[in-house]
Amino acid sequence: MANIEALKKLSTQVRRDIVRMVHAVSSGHPGGSLGCVEYFVALYKVIMKHDPKAFTMDGKNDDLFFLSNGHISPVFYSVLARCGYFPVEELKTFRKLNSRLQGHPTTHEGLPGVRIASGSLGQGMSVAIGAALAKKLNKDNSIVYTLHGDGELQEGQIWEAAMYAAAYKVDNMICTVDYNGRQIDGDVDKVLPLGDLKAKFEAFGWTVIENPKGNDLESVISYLEKAKTFVGKGKPIMILMNTEMGMGIDYMMGTHKWHGSAPNDEQLAKALLQIEETEKDY
Amino acid sequence: MKKYTFTEKKDTRSGFGAGLSELGKTNPNVVALCADLTGSLKMDAFQKDHPERFFQIGIAEANMMGIAAGLTIGGKIPFTGTFANFSTGRVYDQIRQSIAYSGKNVKICASHAGLTLGEDGATHQILEDIGLMKMLPHMVVINPCDYNQTKAATIAIAEYDGPVYLRFGRPTIPNFTPADQKFEIGKAVMLNEGTDVTIIATGHLVWKAIEAGEALAAKGISAEIINIHTIKPLDTDAILKSILKTKCVVTAEEHQMNGGLGDSVAQFLSRNHPTPQEFVAVNDSFGESGTPDELMKKYGLDSVDIVKAVEKVISRKK
Repeated sequence: MANIEALKKLSTQVRRDIVRMVHAVSSGHPGGSLGCVEYFVALYKVIMKHDPKAFTMDGKNDDLFFLSNGHISPVFYSVLARCGYFPVEELKTFRKLNSRLQGHPTTHEGLPGVRIASGSLGQGMSVAIGAALAKKLNKDNSIVYTLHGDGELQEGQIWEAAMYAAAYKVDNMICTVDYNGRQIDGDVDKVLPLGDLKAKFEAFGWTVIENPKGNDLESVISYLEKAKTFVGKGKPIMILMNTEMGMGIDYMMGTHKWHGSAPNDEQLAKALLQIEETEKDY
Repeated sequence: MKKYTFTEKKDTRSGFGAGLSELGKTNPNVVALCADLTGSLKMDAFQKDHPERFFQIGIAEANMMGIAAGLTIGGKIPFTGTFANFSTGRVYDQIRQSIAYSGKNVKICASHAGLTLGEDGATHQILEDIGLMKMLPHMVVINPCDYNQTKAATIAIAEYDGPVYLRFGRPTIPNFTPADQKFEIGKAVMLNEGTDVTIIATGHLVWKAIEAGEALAAKGISAEIINIHTIKPLDTDAILKSILKTKCVVTAEEHQMNGGLGDSVAQFLSRNHPTPQEFVAVNDSFGESGTPDELMKKYGLDSVDIVKAVEKVISRKK
């Protein structure tokens, strides 16, 4: 495993990238992005088998990742860039005209690392199932990963996909829910409570693992490793991962208000004081 | 008027089933998905011969479109099958984001399109699907005219890399396209050369146009009849060439006037060669229960309606 201290430093830099990217265009979604930094760093730096320098759409014999809640593109782009999928410098084009880094991830501009457009919620699990089925047909033993928002689970298509994945034993797929309890209009429990998510997915026939510490890098790695031990056992795998929206920036935590708004100059300065430049800023 | 004959009436959905079955044997990357309508879509043979490449999704069309998009990642060529209504409007956003915008090589195969679905009524008789699909950037939209052409189209679209909407139907209709006729996406088929009017028809209306052409010939009117099986990309060269000769056009389709083939033809002509045009199509209305023949008559999609439209458009020529 990569040096954990180095990965923690990388996580700090990813947080800087996120707030700087959304600040530069006064738009984007910092809250969920900041909450999922440890997940992305763990996945791309430790868990997945992938080659950033040889990206292909088909990804044969590579592990694949699908971001279903596409609005947290800043963390996705930062980690892709810092893994070498494209130049870190390109992060400055985020959400600008003629950029490959669209507001929500797309394949349309040919950005390496992205295999499906997402943004309209609820579609990523179905796509991941398709990719997982293709892997089975191709006798390819690598794994398909997805990330979903908790609010996203209000979309009906998620439950169509959840039913299918269990019924047809899609057991080469590890889904994770970013369980931060917040969505645009407020707390998920106030907007449309999800009820007992673990019981729901288990009733659908999934193996469900709960990680209460989704912002603890070592914990995220160990739960993903644990999830991998269930691959090939006949059930789809779900990690319910508790995170804090806005993690790392004091004024962005404990609220849903930074789901989809960007800091101004003063707020950016305040944020950057809390997250050290560990790798070079783009 | 060139004489068209047929040996039997067949349904276009069976042409799809036969084409898919053949693809199963010839192209190992072709996979098929169905949302609980395997029998209606005639996908049984593929399912039986290639169970490992057939995915029964259940009544969950949104999930089906997403899974199809995912299967392309790994090199598969997915053919989805359900009714046209559930292949388009019900899953428009899934098609838009996961298939069209993502540029995935999915073939959306849609049966029971239009009024000729019959007795099930308007809930199932989609008349807006061509419009919905042609509006999506880079989506190819195909509506073949009979069994043989649907079979050939099914086979042809597997060779094309990109999203395709293939529309067909339930009723048995004359099967007159030669079985060996090559299907070329975007290439119109000239059925009859004429001088007085151009009739551009698609899908089930192509045979009606041939019947209309015979009736018109008996009245001394020479109709040029073009089968536009591909609504997008439209064969504008063939249309323009014909219009320069006949100077008026009737379009005929089992679809809403808004958003259909006629719309595409009018848009092209208005920009390039404004021409009197009449539309044989459903005029801003839902369908209803009835037999296919009764419905085609009531909603003005019969060969007599094409004849009337031709007479009207000829009278508008200067």
